Amino acid sequence: MYDIQLVEETVLRLIRTAVTTLPADVVGELERSLDIEDTEVAKVQLRTILENIELAERKRLPMCQDTGVPIFFVSGPNLASIEEGIALGVSKATKEVPLRPNVVDPITRHNRGNNLGEEMPSIHFERAKGDFLEITYLPKGAGSENMSVLRMLNPSQGVDGIRDAVLDAVVKAEGKPCPPTIVGIGIGGASDQALLLAKKALLRPLDVPNKDKHLAAMENELKETLNRTGVGPMGLGGRTTVLGVRIEKASCHTASLPIGINLQCWAARRCSARIYPDGIVKFSTEGFW
Amino acid sequence: MLRSPMSENDVRSLRLGDEVTLSGTAFTARDEAHLRALELARKGERVPFDLEGKMLFHCGPIVENDGEGWRLIAAGPTTSARMNEMEPDFIRRFKPRAIIGKGGMSKPTLEAMREHGCVYFAFTGGAAVVAAQGIKEIKGVHWLDLGMPEAVWQMEMQDFGPVIVAMDAHGNSIFESVANAVRSNLKAIGRDR
Repeated sequence: MYDIQLVEETVLRLIRTAVTTLPADVVGELERSLDIEDTEVAKVQLRTILENIELAERKRLPMCQDTGVPIFFVSGPNLASIEEGIALGVSKATKEVPLRPNVVDPITRHNRGNNLGEEMPSIHFERAKGDFLEITYLPKGAGSENMSVLRMLNPSQGVDGIRDAVLDAVVKAEGKPCPPTIVGIGIGGASDQALLLAKKALLRPLDVPNKDKHLAAMENELKETLNRTGVGPMGLGGRTTVLGVRIEKASCHTASLPIGINLQCWAARRCSARIYPDGIVKFSTEGFW
Repeated sequence: MLRSPMSENDVRSLRLGDEVTLSGTAFTARDEAHLRALELARKGERVPFDLEGKMLFHCGPIVENDGEGWRLIAAGPTTSARMNEMEPDFIRRFKPRAIIGKGGMSKPTLEAMREHGCVYFAFTGGAAVVAAQGIKEIKGVHWLDLGMPEAVWQMEMQDFGPVIVAMDAHGNSIFESVANAVRSNLKAIGRDR
C-alpha cells in the first residue's frame, strides 16, 4: 500500500514534466530532420516545432493544446489504492499545469472538466519489476491516436505484408497525425495485444535499439522506406515523414498475423517515475532502460 | 501580413506556398460547434457570432479564467479533416474568408472555398505556444456548455504564424500535389497496388 498523497504528487509532476518538456532523443531526431529537409515549407514546420519546444520548456507551458487522454503503465508489488492516487494527480494536473479537459462521455459527449471518466485515466497494470512502484505516463493526443490501425493479416503475407500495412497506414494518415511521427507497431498476440504492444513500443526511446536483432533491422528498413513516401512534416511534403519506428512482438495463433499500428505525433511526450519503498522518487522522460 | 476581416480580393491574390502572418478576428470551431451552427442555420435560427469575412480557426485551446477574464495558455490547430463533411455547407452559410488548420481538407471543401473566395492556412500542428504568442486577446466565448475544446472562442490575433497558404481560392491544394507525389513514390518503393 502506497501513500496516496505521494502517488498524487508524483503523478502531477510526471504530467507537468511530460507535457512541457520533450525527451532528448525526440528533440535530437527533430533537429536532424531540419538538416535533412531542403524545401522552405518543410523547414518552416520543423523550425516552428523546435522554437515551440524551447518556448514551452522555458515558460513551463504545455507544448501542445491537445494534452491528450491520460494513459498510464503501472507496475509494483502492491498496487492497492494506486488508481485513486493517479486519478487525484490527473485531476490536480488538469487545474494546475493546466491541461485541456479532453475526456468526454463517448455518446453524450459530456465533459466533466477534470480529465476523469469511466475507465479513464486508462491504466495498464504490469508485473512488478522490483520492490519499487513504477508509473509511466503517456498522454495521447487525438490527431495521431485517431490514425490507429488493426490489421489481421494472413500468415502467408509475412514480412512484406507487414511492410505494406505500415506503409498504407502512414500514407493514408497524410498530415493528420502531425508528422514527423513515431510509428509504434505490435506484431502478433491476439488483436487486443497487437494494439497494446504498438502503444507500448512508443515508450522505448529512439536511441535505444531493439533487443531483437531482426526487429531492429526491420525498424531501420521501415523508417528508411517510410521517409521515401514524401508525406513530410505536417503532410506538406518532404523527407521526414517519421522520426523512428518501434516494434514489439508476441507469439500468436498459427493461423493469425495480427498487426497493431499506433502513431505518435512529433510531440512524443512521456515520463516515468519510480517510487522506492523508502519514499525516494526518481523521474525520467527517457524511462528506465 | 494579412488582417481579418479580409476582402475577396485579399484572399484571391494569395498563392499556394506563400508564407504569411495573420492579424485580426478569428473564431474557433471544431466538430461540435460546426454541428450546432449548421443545425441552427438549417432551422433558420440565429447563430450568436458573425464569421463573415473573418477567420475560422480549427482549434480547441487551453484557456484559464483568472477571475478577471480569460487567459490563453496554448492554441495550436486541430486536424481539419474531421470537419470535411460539414465544411462546404459551413463556408456557404457563414462565409469565412480563411480557415486556419492542419492536415488539409477534402475536395468538396476546396470547391466551396473556390466558389466563395476563401483560403486555407496551414499552421504547424502542436506548436501551441508559438501560436499563443500570436493571439493577443480572447474577446469572448460562445457555447461554453460544449466544453473548453469545443466552445467557440473569439480571438484577436497579432502576427499569428508563420502560416502557409496550403489551399488557395482557385482550387489548388498543396495536399493534393503531395498526394500525387506520394503515389508515384509508392510505385518506386514497390507498393502500388
